[in-house]
Amino acid sequence: MNACRIVAGGLTAALVLAGCSIQPWVKPYERERLADPIMKFSGEPLADKHREHVFDVREASHGATGVQGGGCGCN
Amino acid sequence: MGVTRSRLTEGRNLAPAFGRSARAVLRGIVWTAARLLGRVRVQRAQGARLAGLLGGVLAAARANGVELPEDRADTMFHLYDGGGVTALGPAVLIRKSLLDRFSLSGSYYVDMVSNASIDVVTTASPYHETRREAALGVDYVYHDSLISLSGTHSKEPDYSADSAGLDISQDVFGGMTTVSVGYTRGWDTVGKHGSPSFSAPANHWQYRLGVTQILTSRWLMSLNLESISDDGYLQSPYRVARLFGAAVPERDPSTRTSRAALLRVAGDVGSHSAVHVQYRYFWDTWGITAHTAELGYARHFGDRWLAEGTVRYYRQSHALFYSNDFTSDMTFMSRNRQLSTFWDAGPGVKASYSAGRVASRFDIKVTAGYQWLRFQYRDFTDIRTGQLYKFNANVLEFFVSAAY
Repeated sequence: MNACRIVAGGLTAALVLAGCSIQPWVKPYERERLADPIMKFSGEPLADKHREHVFDVREASHGATGVQGGGCGCN
Repeated sequence: MGVTRSRLTEGRNLAPAFGRSARAVLRGIVWTAARLLGRVRVQRAQGARLAGLLGGVLAAARANGVELPEDRADTMFHLYDGGGVTALGPAVLIRKSLLDRFSLSGSYYVDMVSNASIDVVTTASPYHETRREAALGVDYVYHDSLISLSGTHSKEPDYSADSAGLDISQDVFGGMTTVSVGYTRGWDTVGKHGSPSFSAPANHWQYRLGVTQILTSRWLMSLNLESISDDGYLQSPYRVARLFGAAVPERDPSTRTSRAALLRVAGDVGSHSAVHVQYRYFWDTWGITAHTAELGYARHFGDRWLAEGTVRYYRQSHALFYSNDFTSDMTFMSRNRQLSTFWDAGPGVKASYSAGRVASRFDIKVTAGYQWLRFQYRDFTDIRTGQLYKFNANVLEFFVSAAY
């Protein structure tokens, strides 16, 4: 049910925004700080792959991080 | 880099393009959300539907805003050491853009594993093996869309894994919002040492949906959802369960559906520094729920140094068919500690040094990262002592990047 609410909330927000033709409220010239490397959600691709692999083979949870990698038979 | 203009720093007016783009993307959202909620049965012919969706996105895209990944070459040394397992090795990545619209990438990753984990030392003999993973990818910019195709091949002596993936990102709202959808199909083959005739397949289907939103001139957020369906031989041919203290073969279900939702927020807090907060909720049809929380702080020191500190916490509940020692014979029985109740947590640090331009072409950056982890199990014991199992681990990466 929690998942249903999360997705339903996201859909509602997206539909409302789509119907309103909202203009960007942060102008392109105001986005300099957002482009700084310290604001990146993902760091370096190889390091991200390593961290993801470390946790994937030891924790049951996985997914939603955007990091792709090959599976393994690790114990 | 040639064509690419950052969606964060370049201006454009997307309003005329927004209508059709948004409708196509929203079709994708609705379809993918239905998949994530499990209301659409998993079928192997879903590729055709996804292709239709992606075609819609492509047809709707207009203004040129998304950016290709940066041209770069990375080489990394990585190490994991903990719980009797040491895994280390090199990795390389090369990425190069072509014709201002394509970016090709290739990577090679090696894991040299020395395994004397508690599972191994209590049921078998320590061993050494090497896993090699190769990946190829191509990214293509078409107006406001970034289309990425990727494939991986991973091989170790008793396990091989292949995967192919397609991801599409689309800017909307004048670059304020980026919507992405993705699909990956995986084919694994499970083998067994000493049994050359043993071969069992495991198949995977992954569906992704993500939204990144600029909140203010200082704050960003993203929400990513992923649904993963697994089918086939999902257990280990070596691991055993325990029934009244006696070892019996592990028996896991042959299907599993998992879902994960990840929320991330990043904010510039002044003084050339930023905070990162993220939380992931995971749940699956094996009865496992898990929470992952991470808090980070990153800061520039001068023009060349960037330092980051993080704290990560993870906890999960056990699978319905997990027990440290079964007291009755069940259809499914596992003593896989990855499916037990436990938590792990620890701090991490990372530092990068920009060494400047070399040979008038390469911007060199050197980075080192370290994380300490504590694993504490709640219902998995060391059968040698009878005590609840716990261990510490060290994770290290050292790499050099050259952007060109």
